[in-house]
Amino acid sequence: MSETDSVILDTAARMFADLSTQEVVNAAEKGEWPAALWQAIEESGLHLTWVPEASGGVGADLLDGFAVLKAAGAAALPVPLAETLLAGWLLGRAGLEVPQGPLTVARGRHRLENGLVSGAALAVPHARNAAQILVLAEGEAGLHVAALARGDCALREGQSLAGEPWDAVEFSAARPVACAPIADLDADQLDAMGALIRAVQAAGALETALELTIQYAGERVQFGRPIGKFQAVQHMIADFAGEVAALSAAADAAAEAVAATGGAIDAGAWVEIATAKTRLGRAASNGPAVAHQVHGAMGFTYEHRLHHFTRRAWAWRDEFGTETRWARRLGEAVLSWGPDQLWPKITAVTDK
Amino acid sequence: MSTSRFRFPGVTMPPAARALREEVREFLAEERASGGFEPMADCWAAGFSAEFSRKLGQRGWLGMTWPKQYGGHERSFLERYVVTEEMLAAGAPVMAHWIADRQSGTQMLRHACEEVKAAALPRMARGETFCAIGMSEPNTGSDLASVSTRAERVEGGWQVNGRKIWSTGAHGEGCDYMIALVRTAPADPKERHQGLSQLIIDLKAPGVTVRGIEDIGGQLHFNETLFEDVFVPDSHLLGEAGKGWSLVVGELALERSGPERFLSSFIALREAMEVLSRNPDDRTREVLGHLVAQIKTLRRMSLGIAGLLQEGRSPETEAALVKDIATRFERELIEQLRIVLPDEVLLDSSGVLPRLVREAVLRVPSSTLRGGTNEVLKGMIVRQLGLR
Repeated sequence: MSETDSVILDTAARMFADLSTQEVVNAAEKGEWPAALWQAIEESGLHLTWVPEASGGVGADLLDGFAVLKAAGAAALPVPLAETLLAGWLLGRAGLEVPQGPLTVARGRHRLENGLVSGAALAVPHARNAAQILVLAEGEAGLHVAALARGDCALREGQSLAGEPWDAVEFSAARPVACAPIADLDADQLDAMGALIRAVQAAGALETALELTIQYAGERVQFGRPIGKFQAVQHMIADFAGEVAALSAAADAAAEAVAATGGAIDAGAWVEIATAKTRLGRAASNGPAVAHQVHGAMGFTYEHRLHHFTRRAWAWRDEFGTETRWARRLGEAVLSWGPDQLWPKITAVTDK
Repeated sequence: MSTSRFRFPGVTMPPAARALREEVREFLAEERASGGFEPMADCWAAGFSAEFSRKLGQRGWLGMTWPKQYGGHERSFLERYVVTEEMLAAGAPVMAHWIADRQSGTQMLRHACEEVKAAALPRMARGETFCAIGMSEPNTGSDLASVSTRAERVEGGWQVNGRKIWSTGAHGEGCDYMIALVRTAPADPKERHQGLSQLIIDLKAPGVTVRGIEDIGGQLHFNETLFEDVFVPDSHLLGEAGKGWSLVVGELALERSGPERFLSSFIALREAMEVLSRNPDDRTREVLGHLVAQIKTLRRMSLGIAGLLQEGRSPETEAALVKDIATRFERELIEQLRIVLPDEVLLDSSGVLPRLVREAVLRVPSSTLRGGTNEVLKGMIVRQLGLR
């Protein structure tokens, strides 16, 4: 990141710390829209980070957006900033203008017939809060990006493991607010971008969970000393630190690979993303296990803040494909490389 | 992404390193095709070939980062990384020079007198002189400050008595030196790190006896080395007498983050690819995906440390963290590979792949021991986290 970039990140981190407090996150889970937080985001333009200037955005580097999303994960941000960034990225790639308000994206490849879009998707994050829902729709003239007004979709409200809105969405012959063909992106690559975003957010969330764990281990006294002085506890925390460091490294590598191609998910970037999402599966299983073990019953209560971060990590490991699905597909790619290309493919990422 | 406790910056290989990689790959392909070596698992700790090491020396691939005046090649840490990772990925017999190239030479460069550097380093860079590690003793493992090998002041130098153990390669042809951590002043229980010194011991000197110790795989790669009234000249003291602890800590840091911590058994995975491609099921795909994802992540972290070293930083805790997760991955690699391999490989005791799998299984317990046990490494990590 350049210096101007770190200004974006510092501003974001400060705003998130001030406005994404425990009370705000809890209230959001109960259904209260954090208006002040979202307003501050819109005023700062953070939600337009990935929108090209031509489409009314900031046109900042992709890495800036990823850095902001890591900070958002670290603050358990209860608004669809990640989803709006993903939507803005998608609209920008299709050359469409970005509308006002929070946005979200429904996964999958939907149908486009006579200018009308039909389809359904499960677990669309923050659908109920979005002004528009973006979809990929296949028509006779190929794949399109279509923006649907929320009011034109049927929503069945649900919640993620983290208590965030995960709504089932159905749209039947809905007339899109905007629609444009897209040539260099398919549903698979959109999923990959989503998976990468989750890996980056989870790296942030698990870093915060680790910090809370270190702090608690230093404060909680049993048998006459802080539990962090017991070697058994120390070693668990060291493992946790390793998981977090590995996830961050894998997520950084994938973000850099996507940024290097200017946002095209080519075969090389796809492998980096598969690596990061696979690593997220591990980190989100092993990390929170330690966090909760160290926090004891206190961390199991709703009153303690730990769950804002562990529950998000658990939700995100399931979204955009589990580690099992990603590992299988990566394994498929590895088999296609064959014995002679296995090692060269592994080193290719640093040799460009 | 600035909040992280541990940072592993991305590394892009400079053009010189990329060109070097092609050169190394070509060399390895030719060597293997012409029978110059048979690939083996854990090749850096079990594949001794003085001849192969000399070939690398001739090509300028040993002592790569050292100054030219000492026979080095003044190349970058990243170029050295390329050579070492290519050797490991091919399972080449690099054990003979590994210790000299990785740590002993660098340690001498940092702390030895001019005379020793001028005499020893060029020969190491040519692959003619090898080194052994002299840290562990029969009663000293993780608690390294408890060493009891003694060096007493005598005229012109030191007289050494004691015993070192697990010194990899000490018996080998051309293994001339051991950098031994010895006690040069009595232990003070309050200041246990004081009074230790590092001495370069000539393993051919009178009073040195090297005895091979067979490992569980039947290999004679490590040793017990006995010192009975061994004379070590003053010139062979590293740094200052009594201040050896900080030196040995620096030496350990050189050991910890290299690609040998996660690529020891990579050759078994590579050689298994053909068998695994025949009728892959979902389980096989999943295992391969997980293993490659891990290798890629660990390589990113390990290279990040090489990048930090190139910037002149000393990321000791990061190195400990990488070694901890990398060496646990080494076990995972062979255990997972085993699960998806067919009987015809596991129950066969001939052929390259069955041999590699067996070597990897039998050698993997040492991964989480050598260079500092994972328990010691975790101690370093939590100290950095403020819990100790």
